[in-house]
Amino acid sequence: MKTIRMLKTLNYMVQFSPARLDACFSALSDSTRRGVIEHLGTADASITELAEKFHMTLTGMKKHVGVLEQAGLVTTEKVGRVRTCKLGPRGLEEGAAWIEARRHIWNARFDALDEIVEALTRKEKVDGRQRE
Amino acid sequence: MGDRGSDGHTAVDRRSERELIVTRVFNAPIRLVFDAWTKPELFKLWWAPRSIGVPILSCEMDVRTGGSYRITFGRDASDAMAFFGKYLEVSPPSRLVWTNDESDAAAVTTVTFEEKDGGTLLVLQELYPSKEALEDAFVGMEDAMPEQFVQLDELLISLDASG
Repeated sequence: MKTIRMLKTLNYMVQFSPARLDACFSALSDSTRRGVIEHLGTADASITELAEKFHMTLTGMKKHVGVLEQAGLVTTEKVGRVRTCKLGPRGLEEGAAWIEARRHIWNARFDALDEIVEALTRKEKVDGRQRE
Repeated sequence: MGDRGSDGHTAVDRRSERELIVTRVFNAPIRLVFDAWTKPELFKLWWAPRSIGVPILSCEMDVRTGGSYRITFGRDASDAMAFFGKYLEVSPPSRLVWTNDESDAAAVTTVTFEEKDGGTLLVLQELYPSKEALEDAFVGMEDAMPEQFVQLDELLISLDASG
């Protein structure tokens, strides 16, 4: 078990280039871009469709999609005159795994803390009853 | 979205470029949860749980504003690793703030305790000096322990030999 966890951790460290993480998190710091990601999670869309959905100019939406594309969160493909956007294959997974690695540590710690404080609470209740 | 993780117990949220927030509700009175963070004999029972893989060797805590702490991890003194710093604020039973001075790029940690439905809502904030510092911070103790890399080397050698 221990070695599997270690390999996973090492894998996280190798997998996350700081530059990519920067691009990923800064792309997600904007609510329109998060909206675009959410929308593309349900269906692919053209830039025109996205611009209409988010009440933006075509130029404005092109900029947002450009940022998401740079971060590897979205890929685009031009067929004829239409540029179609879809979710990138692993951008979001990378950000989520980075958080998950941190959550893993804190959760292990807090599970242990939980046991301690529940034991203290039980002990206090018993001591309280004995004093009555 | 991609900047949040939760399993219903411990939630981790990257609140900003330099800031990580961890929250959890404990089914115990605020006073006892605060004790578990400020009494060394209790603190060392949970800060390095077995699954983290490296035991606490020693734990000294002078829990008052301006006081210092020093915690060492490892199997024995020869491979020990020290984490140390100063308490910037100690306000029982609701708030603790400390520095992590083992590295220039380390965070300032703030823990707040708040009563919630008879239990305790705990919010831990790590504020790093820069976004690079946050992203490069160790995921956990296991990354930092040379001993673990020795184990990994051994494993990789044995895998190589059997492959």
